[in-house]
Amino acid sequence: MKQLVILSGKGGTGKTSVAAAFAHLAAQSGLAGKVVLADADVDAANLELVLQPNLREEQDFKGGKVAVIDPETCAACGDCQAVCRFDAIHPHPQPLSQGERGEYWVDPIACDGCAACVYQCPTQSISMRERIAGKFYFSESRYGPLYHARLFPGQENSGKLVTLVKQRARLQALNEGRELVIVDGPPGIGCPVIAAVSGANLALIVAEPTVAGVHDMRRVLQTVQHFGVRAMVVINKADVYPAGTEEIESFCRENGIETVGRIPFDLTVASAMVAGEAVTAYRPEAAVSVAIRQVWERVLSSLLEDK
Amino acid sequence: MRIVVASGKGGTGKTTVATSLALAAAEWEAVRVLDCDVEAPNAALFLHPDLSQRKEVGILLPVVDETLCTHCGRCAEVCEYHAIAVIGKKTLVFPELCHGCGSCTLNCPEKAISERLDVMGVLESGPTPGGIDFARGVMNVGEPMAVPIIRELKKWNDMSLRARSAKQSPPIVEEIALGKNAHRNDHESGRLLRREERPPRNDMIEIRDSPPGASCPVVETLRGADFALLVTEPTPFGLHDLKQVAEIARELGIPAGVVVNRDGIGDNAVEAWCAEAGLPILMRIPMERRFAEAIASGKTLVEAAPEYREKFSALLENIRTRVAV
Repeated sequence: MKQLVILSGKGGTGKTSVAAAFAHLAAQSGLAGKVVLADADVDAANLELVLQPNLREEQDFKGGKVAVIDPETCAACGDCQAVCRFDAIHPHPQPLSQGERGEYWVDPIACDGCAACVYQCPTQSISMRERIAGKFYFSESRYGPLYHARLFPGQENSGKLVTLVKQRARLQALNEGRELVIVDGPPGIGCPVIAAVSGANLALIVAEPTVAGVHDMRRVLQTVQHFGVRAMVVINKADVYPAGTEEIESFCRENGIETVGRIPFDLTVASAMVAGEAVTAYRPEAAVSVAIRQVWERVLSSLLEDK
Repeated sequence: MRIVVASGKGGTGKTTVATSLALAAAEWEAVRVLDCDVEAPNAALFLHPDLSQRKEVGILLPVVDETLCTHCGRCAEVCEYHAIAVIGKKTLVFPELCHGCGSCTLNCPEKAISERLDVMGVLESGPTPGGIDFARGVMNVGEPMAVPIIRELKKWNDMSLRARSAKQSPPIVEEIALGKNAHRNDHESGRLLRREERPPRNDMIEIRDSPPGASCPVVETLRGADFALLVTEPTPFGLHDLKQVAEIARELGIPAGVVVNRDGIGDNAVEAWCAEAGLPILMRIPMERRFAEAIASGKTLVEAAPEYREKFSALLENIRTRVAV
């Protein structure tokens, strides 16, 4: 079983459109029925918008804890605020009537769940409560099983949720002898990306030939290499800025990274998204679809060569 | 006034909007830009600041003094992240799990734990050729947590601002007040202030370029802001992710408005949803290949299309009236 993760560094370079096209192309190939899909961008889970799957399973994701202060016993000493390094504890904003104790409150959005305040409170007024940080989903899509999730807005622990999505996808692949897990990754280089990269056999970086895209591609390549995962680069919207495309190709050449193709800029991609289809299914003859198909074939053969 | 440019979906044009808004605003006012997208910081590629100031930042990791440690295990008991453990006669710290909360240090009965800075990234700042105060955070490759760097970036700037206003002698305070009033009057009469009439620095406009997504780094960027400018594209992905980030702004009680970028592609669902949610669409930038090409080459939108200077100035005034309410 092989794992392919699709990353970019910069957001909006086309990761999900490429992932959806790969899912479609895999289902058309000898890999039909042998692929599991995982959407590891839990902040902005978009793969389901293209695949429109049928939901089979839904679970709460417990994403850590939050401190809660009992106003009845709070002595308003402020020790909790003094130890909080996340700027999450504040005196109550409303001035209280005379004789009433001014209790402190915890801003749940800022609270990191460290519980340092719990141990400092002289009146044992603070407790930790579990919070539901998101939802985990398993669905059946037209191109195979899809594991995905939704982190509730503003929650943390996205890396943990990504790990859960990937573990479940892997498990099904192993149980059923499926050959490939396609992971649609998040942007950036932080914890959800690290979680998405871990255990991958190959990372396909969807790069954009813009000054920002080149800058971020280098950072994500460094991240992938830091974790010892092999990388390939595909250039999306390659014709928008040919100088950038050349810069990416020469950078990759110098660093021994294979570039696997150029995908042209084409608004068909946006139309396919609106139609809820992979672009290769929506308009197979479009130049963009032809290019993605070539990239898919190269990526697949490279994955299969890899022992 | 603190404006955060956020989006949910990546690549919708946050940096394009943030840099052009900053350049248009800087013609008349004191402006600072904070690039809070510490995983993929790109604003400097467009604004070209002279990043002469530097500071390493990170979290405080525990350091156990084995000569004082009795291996009682209290540190491991209080750690919510399982980042410290006592195994036999050794106390081990796992830096990659530590959030730097300090709970183990505070709770050690033997005072055997001290702390050291674990560098996760760097803050850099300096002026741009156009006179914008610029600062950014850059997270080190392989680090998982962006939030501590964003938190330090925001603090670093507050400190430099305070240091600057502290240097001003008391008589100038009156001038500041006057400056503010003059500024407000001019705003009411619809006349923009000239560069030499700029309000003093503590009335400065701060523009924060947010990371994509809708999790903790975005929340940290939005905290303490006066306005959230949400950049989206009119596609199902753009809308789905816009909803997430609009929800955060709502929860934080920050007024918000939308910029529709690449207007004309996709469908009308963003517009319909904004109307339903009561989110004003403050600007539309049509899908034009020349914009995409110019931005790809490192030009800002106002440089590529000078007619946008006025549009961004008007956008700023629009935001100002919404913040004042």
